[in-house]
Amino acid sequence: MKNFNIIIAGVGGQGLITLVKIITEAAFIEGCDVKSSELHGLSQRGGSVIVHIRFGKKIYSPLVKTGGADLIIGLEELEGLRAHVFAGPQTKFLVNKYFSPFIGTLPEEKIMENLNKIAKNNLYLVEASKICKEKLQNEVVSSLYLLGFCVNEKLIPLSGGSIFEAIKKTMPEKFVDLNIKAFELSKNI
Amino acid sequence: MAKKVLLGNEAIVRGALEAGVSFVTGYPGCPSAEIGEEFLRIAKKEGIYAEWATNEKVALESAIGASFSGLKSLINMKSFGINVCSDSLLPLAYTGVKAPMVIVVADDPSCHSSAQSEQDSRGYAFLSHIPVLEPADVQECYEFTKLGFEISEKFNIPVILRTTTRVNHQRAIVEFNEIASSQAPRNDGNFVKNPHQFCTMPPRVLEMKKELLEKMEKIKQFAEKSKINKIENSLKIGNSKLGIITSGVSYLYVKEALGELGLNLPILKLGFFYPLPDKTVLKFIKGQKKVLVVEELNGYIENGIKIIAKDANLKTEILGKNVLPEIGELNTEKIILALLKVLKLKIGKLENSLKIESLCCNSAELSENLKLEIPRRFPKLCEGCPHLYTLAAIKRAAPENTVFGGDIGCYMIAGYPPHNMQDYVFSMGSSMGISHGIVKATSPAFAKASAGKQKVISLIGDATFFHAGIQGLINMVYNKSNSLVVILDNRITAMTGHQPNPGMGKNGMGETVEELKIEDIVRACGVKHIKVLDPINVKELEETVKDFLTKDEVSVIISKRICALLERRQPKSESLQVVE
Ligand SMILES: Cc1ncc(C[n+]2csc(CCOP(=O)(O)OP(=O)(O)O)c2C)c(N)n1
Ligand code: SF4
Repeated sequence: MKNFNIIIAGVGGQGLITLVKIITEAAFIEGCDVKSSELHGLSQRGGSVIVHIRFGKKIYSPLVKTGGADLIIGLEELEGLRAHVFAGPQTKFLVNKYFSPFIGTLPEEKIMENLNKIAKNNLYLVEASKICKEKLQNEVVSSLYLLGFCVNEKLIPLSGGSIFEAIKKTMPEKFVDLNIKAFELSKNI
Repeated sequence: MAKKVLLGNEAIVRGALEAGVSFVTGYPGCPSAEIGEEFLRIAKKEGIYAEWATNEKVALESAIGASFSGLKSLINMKSFGINVCSDSLLPLAYTGVKAPMVIVVADDPSCHSSAQSEQDSRGYAFLSHIPVLEPADVQECYEFTKLGFEISEKFNIPVILRTTTRVNHQRAIVEFNEIASSQAPRNDGNFVKNPHQFCTMPPRVLEMKKELLEKMEKIKQFAEKSKINKIENSLKIGNSKLGIITSGVSYLYVKEALGELGLNLPILKLGFFYPLPDKTVLKFIKGQKKVLVVEELNGYIENGIKIIAKDANLKTEILGKNVLPEIGELNTEKIILALLKVLKLKIGKLENSLKIESLCCNSAELSENLKLEIPRRFPKLCEGCPHLYTLAAIKRAAPENTVFGGDIGCYMIAGYPPHNMQDYVFSMGSSMGISHGIVKATSPAFAKASAGKQKVISLIGDATFFHAGIQGLINMVYNKSNSLVVILDNRITAMTGHQPNPGMGKNGMGETVEELKIEDIVRACGVKHIKVLDPINVKELEETVKDFLTKDEVSVIISKRICALLERRQPKSESLQVVE
């Protein structure tokens, strides 16, 4: 199997670290070598956060190269666009249709226009935040919804079963149910 | 043997447990904080003593006490922590340790979560003569921690484990052992008097220096034999165009870059940063035309190797910082570009040129295609953050040209728009010292507030006040300043992930302790004008600021309201839930 490279981009507080924990664990369960890199601290207070995950036969660097991502998951629209430096011609973009504006941001239409320009047919826009808020009264688990989407649409070479197991292994018990619900929600929509 | 996905910081904890650590202390910071948090979480269960100290100097000193009493200790801190504890670190190298000690110092190349400076803490090796190990990945975090305790035990010297953000916050699979019952934590320390070894007084102190230097020679010999300095592709030495010497996380990028370019070059991977294993290095560079040293930040290893090459009269060309940046972290791309330059390779001539081309050019092209600059998203204070109220009220109350002294914490965001209320920021506790200098330099009639051209307001958090702020305040009172200090007491050490501090009535282990009242400390420092208030009472805060700015003596406002994120969140759960 070719090494698989994922970039997850979002805003501090959107549950990026949870996603890293689950994906690295699932890759481990499937017998892959795996490395990831995450950031904590100042960048977390509502700033841009990018995390890297790589798995495959043998992984050295924890960082995805510029142009080297197979999959970019944008938990927020502008942050998804910002991660485009990691995109090559084949990169799939999965972007949460959620916009967190700030003073001086690009207008949403402009972000969308550029995302379309870069990702072309490889852009998947999903209303994860909206759906999770409606169905589960919780927006933070939208990252799990997106992960479910990746598995269903085969954007990520990991099985639902391994991710299921990884959620149970990595999450505190009281959050497991909610996260599994969010993960499975994308199947039914 | 078991296997698990661990965070670098968790692997350090695991290694220390297997080594039999009994006493853990430190001070929170990014990217090391999860080490202390994890120890505090498991301390009771494992029978370990663990704490957050008031600052890194106190932490190191406590560990020295524990070590002199016979317990294995670990201290964890971020890069700047070593500056704070250096005053005791240097004599510690002289006395040595009685029980093994590992000091984890976590640097942050690229300053992902650091203000202040892009510090390369490895430099302290030269100042202190303390061995420094540099792990590259999570497996090495685990192994080098254990090895650190072994080296410390063998040579009675503390060992520094120097990590970086991409190592501390790397997740990967780790293979680890059982914890042997012989390494169970102990709490039966016993201080046996030995002033000959524990007091660094003249004339003994110079004798101790001599002992230290002799010890270093022995450690150097140990390093020569150590497996953590390893040569790969040794058969290629002498008949390849280039050899590579690397350390820490850079090793991973080197492996990746060579794989990408389809090159098979000899590599010397140094696990020991200090002492440098001269003979191993010499063996590696001898007969090579060119050697590229790949290390992040300062070219310390490169300089060491140049000296070795010169002393041995070698013609080997040593390259490093002339083709690799000294600023910012390295990555695979930067190393590929350096290799292409050194080997004078054209991208197009390479076998898998298409891939490389896309690697080096694509992103740039894409951005170029977009003709778009993506605006920076500045970190911001959380919704409902008490600092928001405090900053807004002060801004309204203070005259136009007021100087705002910044300090280290969430309130540093005051420096970003839309606040723009930070005229300088340096290091923990520094706001008041610098304010004092400004007041003295700008008020000819010194003591009279009315005579000052500019008002100076220091903004400092509760944790930072306890860490290194108190001395600055005493100095202001002692030397008759008239400046205003606002202590933003959000009841926690927020920025580094919500660790407790002495103002909370709870310690790191969650025990109920005496709650230190900042106002009592401030009063004891001799401050006469003190007001404690809730910043949500904006009018009261504004009025107090206006009033205190007219005082001829130091005044202090304690703006006290719980961190909004802390209030919203339940207590930290059982797993290593790193704050996002
Ligand atoms: C010497 C040193 N140790 C640790 C740190 C990491 N650090 C950054 S901010 C901070 C404390 C923040 O607490 P506080 O002053 O209470 O402000 P808050 O974030 O709670 O607003 C620490 C410990 C540092 N910058 N320097
Ligand atoms: S973590 Fe607390 S102190 Fe820091 S910005 Fe958020 S609410 Fe404010």
